[in-house]
Amino acid sequence: MAPVTPRSGDAIFSSIDRVNAELFTLTYGAIVRQLLTDLEEVEEVNNLLDQMGYNIGIRLIDEFLAKSGVSICVDFKETVEMIAKVGFKMFLGVTASVTSWDADGTCCSIILEDNPLAEFVELPDTCQGLYYCNVLSGVIRGALEMVSMKTEVTWTRDVLRGDDAYELQVKLLKQVAEEYLYKDDE
Amino acid sequence: MVREVAESCVDTMLMEMVAMYSGRFYANKPELAARRIEAIGYQVGHQLSERYTMERPRFSDHLEAIKFICKDFWSEVFKKQIDNLKTNHRGTFVLQDNKFRWLSRVSIDPSSSEKETEDPSTPGESKAAQAVSMYLYFPCGIIRGVLSNLGIPCAVSADISSLPTCSFVIRVKA
Repeated sequence: MAPVTPRSGDAIFSSIDRVNAELFTLTYGAIVRQLLTDLEEVEEVNNLLDQMGYNIGIRLIDEFLAKSGVSICVDFKETVEMIAKVGFKMFLGVTASVTSWDADGTCCSIILEDNPLAEFVELPDTCQGLYYCNVLSGVIRGALEMVSMKTEVTWTRDVLRGDDAYELQVKLLKQVAEEYLYKDDE
Repeated sequence: MVREVAESCVDTMLMEMVAMYSGRFYANKPELAARRIEAIGYQVGHQLSERYTMERPRFSDHLEAIKFICKDFWSEVFKKQIDNLKTNHRGTFVLQDNKFRWLSRVSIDPSSSEKETEDPSTPGESKAAQAVSMYLYFPCGIIRGVLSNLGIPCAVSADISSLPTCSFVIRVKA
């Protein structure tokens, strides 16, 4: 069988099932809104959005691996680049860039200029502590955990809080070695 | 050009939303979870209807508005139209979608539902079917949100007798 060649994010995005982004954006907005009414603390809403994202990420990584045809990434650096270049394009139709690598290659920033999640959104004064797009950081954390990388993902810039772009800091905490349940000769 | 995202983004988000409300918040109170999920749908329907009706003339009667949901609205959201519309001409409308997108990948294990029905706590309805119905409060809320924004207060329920066919029953309040 011929080796599967990695496909560009654009190629995958144009071949998969897509839906109107308004439905996605407004549904997410309605969920955040409902959570804000149901829970008292903005901090709790942040946590729940992150948890939702994590659960979504551990599913989406399967789809990503199945449809992108990428082979094994050699290190954390290549993995993050792959998420930014192919992952964001394939699911959200936008490209993200990766910058600010530290010297040992375990910490970097993903920058999003265009974020379909936050379209039509303005935060009222009562929600200043809210990380509206927290679902995204959860998705990245969940997806990376499924490929054996424990990470910490935090927002460092957020347009909804007055910054000029969306910036996520991704920090590799631990690379977990893959464990196999059975040995080859058993 | 209309902006799009991968369908799996919406699918996984809905799954998580339902799991969060019916599992985490209101595990023992399905009716409360249902009300929240319906409210989220209502909000979405309300906002979508604003956007999709922007450049149209006012609907002359209820049937016109319902037809808008069956054709234009359903096409925008689900990329297909409603397959069958029935009405008793007294305010009840039944919209049938033969392959409802949000149920197209749902299956109910028949063996498990037989076992479940013996459970006295859920008479006549399996837990699996109950779980599926949780997913339907969202589209029901969307329909109610659209219609109420068009000035038609109503109640919407869903009926799934054979997956993935789904019928939405709209009862307009007099």
